[in-house]
Amino acid sequence: MLVSYQWLKDYVDIDDIGVEETAERLTRGGVEVDMLHPRSEGIQNVVVGYVEACDPHPEADKLRVCRVNTGGETASIVCGAPNIKAGQKVITAKPGAVLPGGMKIEKTTLRGQESEGMICSLQEIGIEQKLVMKQFMDGIYVFPENAETGGDAIEELALRDTVLELDLTPNRPDCLSMLGVAYEMAALLDRDVIHPETGHQENSESASDYISVQVDVPEDNPYYGAKVVKNIVISASPQWIQNRLTAAGIRPINNVVDITNYVLMEYGQPLHAFDLDKLGSSEIVVRRAQDGESMTTLDEEERTLSSEHMVITNGKEPAALAGVMGGAFSEVQEDTTTVLLEAAYFKPARVRKTSRETGIRSESSIRFEKGIDSGRVEEAAERAAALLEKYAGGEVLQGTVEVDNRPAENKKIQTSTAQLNRLLGMEMSAEEVLSIFRRLRLPAVENNSGIMVEVPTRRPDLDIEVDLAEEAARLYGYEYIPTTLPKGVTTPGFLTADQRKRRRMRRYLERAGLHEALTYTLTSPSHSGRLQLQELPGKVEVTMPMSEERSTMRTSLLPQLLDTVQYNRNRQITDAAVFEMGSIFIGEEGNTLTTQPQEKNVLAAAVTGWWDAHLWQGEKKKTDFFVVKGVLEGLFEEIGIFDHIEFIRSDHNELHPGRSADIYLDGKYAGFLGQMHPSVEKEWEIKETYVFQLDVDLLLTFEADPLFYETVPRYPAVTRDIALVVEEQVTAGEVRRVIAEAGGSLLHQVTLFDVYQGEKLEPGQKSLAFSLVYLDPERTLTDEEVAETHNHVLSELQEKVKASLRK
Amino acid sequence: MIDRLQELGKEAIQEIRDADSVKALESVRVKYLGKKGPITEVLRGMGQLSEEERPKVGQKANEVREEIQSKLEEKTAELEEKALEEKLKAESVDVTLPGKEVKRGARHPLTAVVEEIEDIFVGLGFQVTEGPEVETDLYNFEKLNLPPEHPARDMQDSFYVTTDMLLRTQTSPVQARTMEKYEGQGPVKIVCPGKVYRRDDDDATHSHQFMQIEGLYVDHNVRMSDLKGVLEAFVQKYFGADRSIRLRPSFFPFTEPSVEVDVSCGICGGHGCRLCKHTGWIEVLGSGMVHPRVLEMSGFDPDTYSGFAFGMGVERFAMLKYGIDDIRHFYTNDIRFLNQFKRV
Ligand SMILES: [Zn+2]
Repeated sequence: MLVSYQWLKDYVDIDDIGVEETAERLTRGGVEVDMLHPRSEGIQNVVVGYVEACDPHPEADKLRVCRVNTGGETASIVCGAPNIKAGQKVITAKPGAVLPGGMKIEKTTLRGQESEGMICSLQEIGIEQKLVMKQFMDGIYVFPENAETGGDAIEELALRDTVLELDLTPNRPDCLSMLGVAYEMAALLDRDVIHPETGHQENSESASDYISVQVDVPEDNPYYGAKVVKNIVISASPQWIQNRLTAAGIRPINNVVDITNYVLMEYGQPLHAFDLDKLGSSEIVVRRAQDGESMTTLDEEERTLSSEHMVITNGKEPAALAGVMGGAFSEVQEDTTTVLLEAAYFKPARVRKTSRETGIRSESSIRFEKGIDSGRVEEAAERAAALLEKYAGGEVLQGTVEVDNRPAENKKIQTSTAQLNRLLGMEMSAEEVLSIFRRLRLPAVENNSGIMVEVPTRRPDLDIEVDLAEEAARLYGYEYIPTTLPKGVTTPGFLTADQRKRRRMRRYLERAGLHEALTYTLTSPSHSGRLQLQELPGKVEVTMPMSEERSTMRTSLLPQLLDTVQYNRNRQITDAAVFEMGSIFIGEEGNTLTTQPQEKNVLAAAVTGWWDAHLWQGEKKKTDFFVVKGVLEGLFEEIGIFDHIEFIRSDHNELHPGRSADIYLDGKYAGFLGQMHPSVEKEWEIKETYVFQLDVDLLLTFEADPLFYETVPRYPAVTRDIALVVEEQVTAGEVRRVIAEAGGSLLHQVTLFDVYQGEKLEPGQKSLAFSLVYLDPERTLTDEEVAETHNHVLSELQEKVKASLRK
Repeated sequence: MIDRLQELGKEAIQEIRDADSVKALESVRVKYLGKKGPITEVLRGMGQLSEEERPKVGQKANEVREEIQSKLEEKTAELEEKALEEKLKAESVDVTLPGKEVKRGARHPLTAVVEEIEDIFVGLGFQVTEGPEVETDLYNFEKLNLPPEHPARDMQDSFYVTTDMLLRTQTSPVQARTMEKYEGQGPVKIVCPGKVYRRDDDDATHSHQFMQIEGLYVDHNVRMSDLKGVLEAFVQKYFGADRSIRLRPSFFPFTEPSVEVDVSCGICGGHGCRLCKHTGWIEVLGSGMVHPRVLEMSGFDPDTYSGFAFGMGVERFAMLKYGIDDIRHFYTNDIRFLNQFKRV
């Protein structure tokens, strides 16, 4: 909503308040002023000029040389506007004038002709193109004849004004009108509201002789009023109406349309003017459209309607989409003489539906959708009739033809000073509360239970007692509400065990050298389904996506982490280690949903480039499988599940077949790690990248073993190093398991310290070297005991994995 | 003989003095004190001496030996010290060379903000609750006092996945779900962080996905002044003890009265600057008293219970805190951006 400060002063005395203070008061009161737009800041020396003569430029076809009277003096001005003519009154910038943006006008010579100033278009003095009347859009603006030659053009155009741009919350549709804003200011300042003049003459005829009204849908249209105005002469509106509409962001068209728009802005009451002669009947019927019925709206668009839409018909065919837009065939045009003025109250829901489904949003539909003042419809109609009489030569016929099904009584809300104080934590007196209701013009009477407040139709947002509490608080001032702490029982605050564990996992990964990333949940169909933990029954898709890029809920965090690697690589950042913890979304078969989808918390990472690059000492380590595995092993240790984890070669087809592993937690599949399959790396245009993805929900279900202290060894340990030769397909894990089992309770620790494969061995063989530590916490082991166990280990190795000692 | 010993002593001490290495010193020791050394030799000739002279010569020989020995030790210590000095000198490093980097990652700034806020409210006796990101219309709208035709649904055009399920547009459905779990028994003191989604085109100030933290306090006799007190405590913990808050009337369907909460500008101290658009205040929270219908729909009796709710945008807090000017940075994951948050 755009509110002209000068216009607002018609309805409430705020001369002494000023623009800035008005804006501040409104904002502090809950009607937020988003911005102030001064309309003519810096413009100087621009007057109404009278074009006395307009001759062709001797050197240029498209230019004219005009003699312009600027009030007591004449100037020769070269002008290129196609619509310039002698006898016009035009916006003239004199030498020394300043135009918007600081542009200075000086005497100049154009193609050999001196030009003492400039004749301006409205755009050149800062009016938006879309607000300029069509006939002046491509040329200069022409004042009505009664403009005073030499007068201040800025004054004439009422540009010494500031427009307040309101950012209205949905509960305050009353402020979608000048009067509504005036009521608000009046309440805040405790001043009077001045209503516009609605008085007009009536001729001898009666509107009901011309038209009848039938409403088939009173539930959607509780009130419909039709007035008839004859002998209209269509012309441009008076300058002041044009000025005010322009300030409100509405383009002037002609006097009849402008007057309906003017009253719309003034009262928030949408009006529609039909050309009664073109309507083609003497009846108005308000009904639902029929399915498939069509009509052409004012904008020349053919619309196909449904029974969900409400239309105004001439008894046969739709002449307007109720509350949204008029129809083409009954449009007011140059030749219109008799106007049917519609002033109705349409309920929000039906208008919203019609507006949504036809895709038309108009100043009317916006107001009906949010709720107009159903009690001010007739006053607005009379105001429009008065203006049509005065500025369009109209004769208003007697009476209004109406169908009225509005409730007879206003809503009432019971409250009390005590209850309001209880809700707000304040100590207002009854007098203060009553005075607030008086300022808001809410009729209030004291009764046995406290105060009974009547809610005028102006404020449909006031419904229950707490709404009155808000009115009291905002008028009293929130700054006067004390600051207290709740009196209730105190409760301990805490994070749940899972929440703490999730934090701990993230913290660990940061310390391990990975950056935390956050990617979008919505992704493309090509990304979803990729790099998943496991096959999923279906995806979750957005029914009306904004773009294909963001149309599907992610089923894995990895595709977008790979995007992250690629994004950085495209910016010459080739070392990246990122992780993300978040939800994936599991749909149902066929990608349709019958219940809320499962949301699984997962943790994923992508690591590429140098893991360690300590440059000047020449130590460098490229990220490889074991770097990432090491990070994961540390993570499992961090949350106490390390001893329950097993890595098994993976057959995930998007991973490198030789460098990937599935991860199991006590036999349950918990995720995977590995290098991306080179073909996937190629697809993403990234280099060797290692990833993992874990099912966090599963990890969290696991109760870590309680942490108990183990005696620090008091007796010496015995260490035996062995280098084994095995067939290359035998895994270190298998060998280790054999050692661990055979070593029994005396074997305290097994550490792999070397892996070798190469020319010193037979082809197909490899060597694994382990360090075995034997220890009994209770006593010193004898050489014989150690030898016995160690030999058992060696023979088991020989038997189970064909391992021999390396010579 | 005594003179000879005297002489040998002098010679030895001179050679010790001249020795410039531990090795040279060792050869001096062998030369004079070894079994074949001149002193031993002199002693061997003692048989020719008289009874009286023998002890004298013996004593002298010992004196000379001891003197040589002690000079040797002295010189050895001296040389060792010198050698150590040289070794240390050779081992010295350029202390301005960079140390070996300990690899560390950074916390995402949005996570940092969420956790800081969670911790403050945990300190105020709140618990942290979470809920689904794909919500039903019932919980995302209706139970929050937004019936199907409510105009406020305009404010939050949403991503629907079916006719009655959508990506939540706010984290408040978690509040409705949590209240139901309490079965009408207060107090309820929760904060709900999470991702939310709205149909906005991504630009410097809009994101179709962003994070919110909402909070709820429901108990007997909770007053608007309590809202003011709790939020002031929060704001002062988060932004600093010198900050103050201001309430401005606003509108949210699930609260009445509803307010925007402004915090005094930390840059200009309230005098007005660019950050606060010359108002001295910065909008940080939406809040209000829980609408009686919302309480009722979630199983609480609005005649005996009241409460307040509040919500804040995590991105906004992070942008204010770290001076970030484009919301898209949070989701682009440029390493050069992420890397800056190692010490959050
Ligand atoms: Zn400031």
